[in-house]
Amino acid sequence: MASPHLDAAYNLARWLTRDPHDAEDVLQEAYLRAFRFFGGFRGGDGRAWLLAIVRNTFYTWAEQRGRHQSEVEYDDATAGLHAAEACADQGLHGTDPAQLLLRAADQQLIESALLKLPLEYREILVLRELEELSYKEIAEVVGVPLGTVMSRLSRARLQLRHQIEAMDQP
Amino acid sequence: MNTMNCEEARELLPAYGDGELDLPHALALEKHLDGCADCDAALRTQRALSQAVRKAPYHRAPDTLRARLRAQLPAEPIAEAATPPIAAPNAPAATLPVAQPRRRRDWSRWALPIAASLALAVGLNVMLATQRSQQSLRDELVAGHVRSLQVEHLSDVASSDQHTVKPWFNGKLDYAPPVRDLAQQDFPLLGGRLDYIAHRQVAALIYRHRKHFINLYIWPGQDGDAAPDHHGSEGYNLVHWRRDGMEYWAVSDLNGEELKQFAELQIEAATDKTANAPNT
Repeated sequence: MASPHLDAAYNLARWLTRDPHDAEDVLQEAYLRAFRFFGGFRGGDGRAWLLAIVRNTFYTWAEQRGRHQSEVEYDDATAGLHAAEACADQGLHGTDPAQLLLRAADQQLIESALLKLPLEYREILVLRELEELSYKEIAEVVGVPLGTVMSRLSRARLQLRHQIEAMDQP
Repeated sequence: MNTMNCEEARELLPAYGDGELDLPHALALEKHLDGCADCDAALRTQRALSQAVRKAPYHRAPDTLRARLRAQLPAEPIAEAATPPIAAPNAPAATLPVAQPRRRRDWSRWALPIAASLALAVGLNVMLATQRSQQSLRDELVAGHVRSLQVEHLSDVASSDQHTVKPWFNGKLDYAPPVRDLAQQDFPLLGGRLDYIAHRQVAALIYRHRKHFINLYIWPGQDGDAAPDHHGSEGYNLVHWRRDGMEYWAVSDLNGEELKQFAELQIEAATDKTANAPNT
């Protein structure tokens, strides 16, 4: 097949675009870029390298279409503030893990909760939990320092938890 | 690090849950978790959430996309692109449908070069990463060696019997490290343990020579044998060799000469499989 990482590339594109046709468009463009940028390949993980290109292609594609604008410009600092507030009650009123799992049994609920997350949170969770990338690989794909990967992942998880809980309300 | 408070523990929890925490911190955190129900619950919540996300659909590339990529590969492979110096095992060039009619899109003619570059990328990746990470691998091995002495965590299974140590690894690793006792050659086997090197769990065997400890790390590697090769790092000696698809790294404060002798004894024992049979 064309690439050993085609599934991974498509999965990421699909979660970013939230649409199968858009995902294919992004992927085709990404493969073109992968070829063009190949001279810039400096070793490292081939999969992370390809995923980084898919991700960058997506952001350019989204900008050109003026789509996802608000999400692309999602402010990490604001998110941090938001998460910090939520953090305060984390220790005291932590969700019962069993309860969480019970809700998570509803696959559709998880999917729509993930799709409602800001892009930055969605992509980092997809890279970590679905692609099972290491922190180091995520840092490479997203282009941020390791410390940012860790803090962003924590905030993403917290936000997802709140999202799941919120969606569970009648 | 012996007494970790909740604040520190919460900071390390995510990395611990993701299997990204180094051993000393992980041990300290585990100690804290044993006595702290709150932090333990937080860990379980995080794990539950991870499991939940993993239930979300993984979108595999649709067959139509695969088929289109395949169908649009050029009929004639570009010579140099089709034969990357290091071909990935699943390099696509071998499965080219040669007689496909071309339904062109502007990107289609790149498909094969792209495919070839990606195959090349994977090969290059292995090669470049290997070179660049040699030093950090050596540092990691030395750190593992030092750690094993410091935390009195030399071995998880303490036994000089190779027939006890070897089965201990069963189910803990996805490969079976060869375990040989060299007591007769004055390198007695003390035990084995699991360590975490280069992002994977590896077997570590502990040997002693006089008053020096030797950590012998073993994990599956490339094909082809490599003779013992001596390296130094931070005042420690390292000897690397490869045999029967296994990478061996011996780390010790023992002098380089004797460590190399240890490597050769290991290889000898591997060659002459009867050498270590019981009662001989």
